[in-house]
Amino acid sequence: MESILFSVRLSLQVACLSTLLIVVTGIPAAYLLARKEFRGREALDMIFTLPLVLPPTVTGYYLIIVFGRNGLLGGFIYQWTGWTIMFTWYAAVLASYVVALPLMIKTARAAIESVDKNLINASYTLGHSEINTALKVILPLARRGIIAGAVLAFARSMGEFGATLMLAGNLPGKTETMPIAIYSLSNSGEWNKAHGLVMLMTLISGLFLYIANRYSKRTF
Amino acid sequence: MGLYVNLQKKVNGFSLNIEWEIGHEPAVLFGFSGAGKSMTLQLIAGLIKPDSGVVRLDDTLYFDSLSKTDLPPQKRLFGYVFQDLALFPHMTVWQNILYGAPLLSGNEKQDRAGDLIRSFKLTGLENRFPSEISGGQKQRVAFARALIRRPRMLLLDEPFSALDRPLRLEMREFLKEVRNTFNIPAILVTHDFDEASAVSDQIIIYEHGRITQTGSPEQVKTAPANGYVSHLISN
Repeated sequence: MESILFSVRLSLQVACLSTLLIVVTGIPAAYLLARKEFRGREALDMIFTLPLVLPPTVTGYYLIIVFGRNGLLGGFIYQWTGWTIMFTWYAAVLASYVVALPLMIKTARAAIESVDKNLINASYTLGHSEINTALKVILPLARRGIIAGAVLAFARSMGEFGATLMLAGNLPGKTETMPIAIYSLSNSGEWNKAHGLVMLMTLISGLFLYIANRYSKRTF
Repeated sequence: MGLYVNLQKKVNGFSLNIEWEIGHEPAVLFGFSGAGKSMTLQLIAGLIKPDSGVVRLDDTLYFDSLSKTDLPPQKRLFGYVFQDLALFPHMTVWQNILYGAPLLSGNEKQDRAGDLIRSFKLTGLENRFPSEISGGQKQRVAFARALIRRPRMLLLDEPFSALDRPLRLEMREFLKEVRNTFNIPAILVTHDFDEASAVSDQIIIYEHGRITQTGSPEQVKTAPANGYVSHLISN
């Protein structure tokens, strides 16, 4: 029972932190993609979106190449600090972040693009800078899409399995999130416990999907 | 003194090439839709960038392709009223008006907004959202928002075109009042000759991105420059 509670708590912890990172980085990224014209814009959008269509194991594989102990960035960090993100709960956050980020970027970009261009122009002619216009006009008017994106990202983070397993492993009491616990429990035939977790997981995801739908539908 | 514009812009097969100058008397840009009138206002306000040309208001150079001067729209002191008014739907009437004066201190902002609310007969509507007020009231909020930072000229992009006739006549009177009270020159874009001659001393006629004729409403009416102009007036 204790291990189940641990995985529920860990999953919530991972999803909260990953969603926070997604909100902080995903909104500016969506804004740039929606409002700025620069070379490689669509290529950047594609890179952000790829984890949505790649098998999570492939995303996980890429993350190992970059963040692994011998990885491009991870090797560097390991040399200097002797620390690696691999097989820690931070790795689960990283995996969830990368896999769920496109949900935020896609939804927020569409919402920002749908803000009436005249309102943005009006704000400029009234003397407001671009950043002020973004904060007071564009983001408030796009907020339903942004909230929907954050909720979807949270739900996706809660359910992340493949990339997490590759990056954070399956260490009971350390990196065993709910989806991974379900996998372990069903492998070892502990069906009763697995049932409970499956029901809980379904309930949480369904609830978040419902919230996301409600937010994305209501507009001004 | 006044506004001098000389603008060239090519976009999607349409080519605009115009030059005119107006003093502080009210002027109208007149012509069929798609002749480049609204585009001219956007170029003047800095919302789109000309390929080449000059925009000068009194002694301030806003745009000059030769000296590479290009002030952003925030620094150009125009009060812009958009065709769809562009009121912020998530702000109340009061917030919309205050939003027009980002650089003023709190007290002065409140005072000016209060004055505008009173003189534009918007008292009691301060906490309503744009979706909760009438078409005529929306127009007055858009004017109040454009005027609060005391611009040097109003750019009006067919703001009355969506209104029905009685209200349009009312708004013409309102526009005259605004110009007298605030002593501010205005350029109005319209394709309605009645409206053009009712509110302006000078009419600048647009035809496919070029100026066909400029003059007072009487001059244009008595001596139209060509068949296009007489067709436009009778329409």
